[in-house]
Formats: sequence, C-alpha cells, structure tokens
Amino acid sequence: MPKRVGIEVSLAASEAACAVDSDVIAAYPITPQTHIVEHLSELVADGKLDAEFIPVESEHSAMSVCIGSSAVGARTFTASSAQGLALMHEILFIAPALRTPIVMAVVNRAMSGPISIWNDHSDIMAERDVGWIQTFAENGQEVFDLIIHAFRVAEDPKVLLPVMVNLDGFTLSHVIEPIEMLNAREVRRYIKPYKPQMVLDPKHPVTMGAVGVPEVYTEAKQQIESVLRASKKVVVSAWKEFARLYGRTYRPIETYRTKGAEVVLMTMGSVSETAMTAVDKMRDKEIAVGLMRFRLWRPFPLEEFRRAVKGVKVLAVLDRAISYGAQGGPVFMEVRSALYGQAGQPNISGFVAGLGGRDITTDMFEEMVKKAIRYAKKGKGPTYELIGVREK
Amino acid sequence: MIEIRVHGRGGQGAVTSTELIALAAINEGKYAQAFPSFGPERRGAPVMAFVRISDAPIRTRERVYNPDIVVVLDPTILKIVDVTAGLKKNGMVILNTSKDEKEVRKAFGIKAKMAVVDATDIAMKHLGRPITNTTMLGALIKTTGIVDIKSMERPLKGRFGRIAEININAMQQAYKQTQ
Repeated sequence: MPKRVGIEVSLAASEAACAVDSDVIAAYPITPQTHIVEHLSELVADGKLDAEFIPVESEHSAMSVCIGSSAVGARTFTASSAQGLALMHEILFIAPALRTPIVMAVVNRAMSGPISIWNDHSDIMAERDVGWIQTFAENGQEVFDLIIHAFRVAEDPKVLLPVMVNLDGFTLSHVIEPIEMLNAREVRRYIKPYKPQMVLDPKHPVTMGAVGVPEVYTEAKQQIESVLRASKKVVVSAWKEFARLYGRTYRPIETYRTKGAEVVLMTMGSVSETAMTAVDKMRDKEIAVGLMRFRLWRPFPLEEFRRAVKGVKVLAVLDRAISYGAQGGPVFMEVRSALYGQAGQPNISGFVAGLGGRDITTDMFEEMVKKAIRYAKKGKGPTYELIGVREK
Repeated sequence: MIEIRVHGRGGQGAVTSTELIALAAINEGKYAQAFPSFGPERRGAPVMAFVRISDAPIRTRERVYNPDIVVVLDPTILKIVDVTAGLKKNGMVILNTSKDEKEVRKAFGIKAKMAVVDATDIAMKHLGRPITNTTMLGALIKTTGIVDIKSMERPLKGRFGRIAEININAMQQAYKQTQ
C-alpha cells in the first residue's frame, strides 16, 4: 500500500528519483531547487540510494556530466532553477540530439534582471525549444508521480529523449502537504531496468556527438523533431499505465468544469489549483467559466487542445512570463496560433501575472475572466495585458 | 478550512511550528498545507508562516490573507506588526505574553478573541531557551482543538529526536496554562 505522508514537496521529488533507483545524480544547488539536491545527497550518503552523487562546479558541468553518464547507460537525474537552468542552456540542446534520457526537475523561478529568487515561468519558457519533453505539476502528488512517469517515457526505446518536470518554486517546492509515496518495490511494476540502445563503451566504440556537416545537420534535426512529436503517444500511454497501476489519471490537457463553459481560463503549474477555486466562486455567481491546463507543454498537444476548446467562446490565457516585444506571452501566442483558421475559433485574451513571486489570487482570475468577456463583447481589446501592476 | 498565520522572528521556529501542525493534521488523515513567507531568512527580523487545515483536499496556492487564527510567538512583534491584519470576523489571536489579556488589549487596541500564555517563561523552564514555537503549539491546540495534542508527539519526535521530550513537556504545560 502506498504510504500517505506529510512531506515537503522538494523532498518528495528526491524520493521519486530514489524510488526509480537512479544511478547518477549530478547537480549544482540553486534556490529554490536546493532542497531536492540536498536530500538526494543525504539519500546517497545514508546508503538509501545506490547512486553516484557527482558534485560539480556549475550547472553547465552538471548537465555535461548528466549527458556523459546517460551516454554510458546510467539512469540519470538532476534538478535546477532559473539562472542555473540558463547556464545549462547550450548543453540542453545536446541531450536530445544524443538521445540521452535524462530526467530533470525544474523548480521554476524568475530570471534575473532584477534579481529574483521567486517563482514564475521565465526560466522554462526560455528553454522551450531545446527538444526536451516538458510536463507541469500542480501539487506535490503530481511532482512525485510526474517524475516517475518521466523516467518511463524518457527511457522508452521509441522515445529516448530527456524530460523536464516543472514545479513552481517556493509556492509548490517548499510546501508541506500530504503525498502518497510509492516505494521502490511498487515503482518497479512501472519502471523497468533501463536498457540503453547504444552506449559509450571502449570495447565497442561508437561516436556520439559528432559534427553535423550541412549534408546531415537538417536530417539530424528532423529526427529529433519527429521523435519528440511521436513521443506524445508514449507520454499518454505511460499515463494510462500509471492510472491502471496506481489509480491517478493524467492527461496532456486537463480540464475542470469546462462542461457548458462559455469562457475558459488557461493556466499551467500550481496556480491552476487557485484557478479551480476561482472557477468555483465564479460558477456560484453563474458565470459559465471553466479551466484548462497544459499538463504536457512539449510536445505541444495540438489535437487534444483543439478538441478541448471546441464550443468555447472566450479564452483567457495566463502567462507567467513576459516575451519582451512580442504579441503576448509564450503560452498565449501558441494557443492563438493553434486555433488560427479553425472554424468557430474563440475570442482569445492574453494575461501575464505572477511575475517574480507576485501572488496570484482568485480575485485576479476573476478579473481576467471578466476582462476577457468584455473584450470579446466589444470585439477588441489589448493584445495582452499585465495583471496587478501597481500604478503608484 | 482553517487558516493559521504564525508571527515570530527569524530563528524562533515559526516555520517549524507550522510544519509540525500540518504533519499532525495529515497524520490524523486530514489535508494540510504548511508554507513560509518565501524569501531569504534573516535572523531576528519579523517573519510569518502559514498553515491550512481541511477535511477536503485544499485547492489554492494563494497566501493566507484572512486567517482564522493568528499565533504570536514573540511579544515584541506586537509593537512593529499589526498581527490582526486581515483576521476573519470571529477570528482569534493567541499570544505569548507575560501580561494579562486586558493589559494587552489596552496597549495594542486588539478587539478580536484572544488567548494568552506566558510561553517564554514555560520555554525557559523546560528548554532553557526563550524559543517558544513548540510551547505555543500547546496554546493553539488548547484554544482551537485543531488537532489532538497526542497527534503532535510523533512530528515532534521526528523533528527533535532526543530533545523531543522537553518540547512535548513545554507544549503540555502551555496546554494547561493557556487562558
């Protein structure tokens, strides 16, 4: 029987990496990811996890070590946040190209300028195009479950791609809440020993990471793109198998009270829970509003999204990051693009809120919904707008 | 759902106290969230920590703006922080103070329901240090019954190991003395 315990969400993330019996952990501590790495180093030091814990001098090195260890066939886990994730940036592109199924917890934090240790999604949105599968958790249970799911997907021979599991810094990572923890024995029903297709081995030399001259570079990119797109099937079937074994169901697009909804809020991450409460409050006031969340962000679940949005008249999309000088936040732009030219496409309004740890309240969600309805009725509104900006 | 805000100073264990309450509630089969006011911790500066407890899953990540209960670990906080800010109607303030209720009400103009206990005195007797976070748990449980006092023992033992017992004793004495 899974054990229901009160635990800090960061520690539950480490326990998930432990339950799948990770072989190598290479990470550099950075707020608010620190507790994950600290706890993993404890688990290794205490002999509870038989893994190499490789301390490194930077995140750039951490990701380089992860790629190396994954290339020799070791199950590899790491975690980072914000500036740390950004320091990994150039190496992140290489992991999918080498088909190294690394799993990384990204504890979402604002990018500096001004310096901020608090939560938003500017770190992950800057890594949107690096070729990793990307999922988002809303609560501690999902963090635990999605990390385990990530290993199953990453190591599937049809996938062999790295996966980032996103969780909001502080507002989720530092909360103590009840989580049903699966132990290593229970997880073994779902996660089998990793069987790499090709490894770096001096006895059987292969080249990984060779130069891609113009004659092959395009084809190499095309292969990453097609395998990332095709990974959606495995992502979904692995969630189905998870539900069959452990009873908790996950989908690429999650919906809440969308039946009969004319207006739908779109969110990602832990504010989705606040949004559910906001939806309940608005439904009590007879506003026909529902909620949709991206659980899977890469590959973008286009068909699922279009299906879920059918019949919706107004969409209010929340971004937790600014895309300077663009037409709106990154989520808004993708949503609008996904619906462009579709028959009966809804009126879409973009909102940016919760930057650098600014709290997102149920009142803010109500403001977004009301504004989206007003702009739809008028037939025009701002391209996108920042919510909760202080005027003085 | 019950929402609690704990006021203290950095280093006084406000965050720990909220964690312990949440763990006790979760062990009782309830749902709970404990979280600090996020940021760099500074020893001695006023800090807040929060707990939500509910019989149903908790679906919000907002900060606690309108607590049902406010716990004040350090009496000197009253001079610099309005501890009743946002307190719900019929909300309650639980104070560590050596003064009696009337005196505190007069000095700080607090009109809300109130319970007082000299937690610093109790903590000095049992722990030999003016750290009141575990002592104040006794006062909280006595006045609100939010968890069973026995449910606190396991989290306290998990957190404090061999010094758990003196903390449990301090909590129990506050439970008896809170008015």
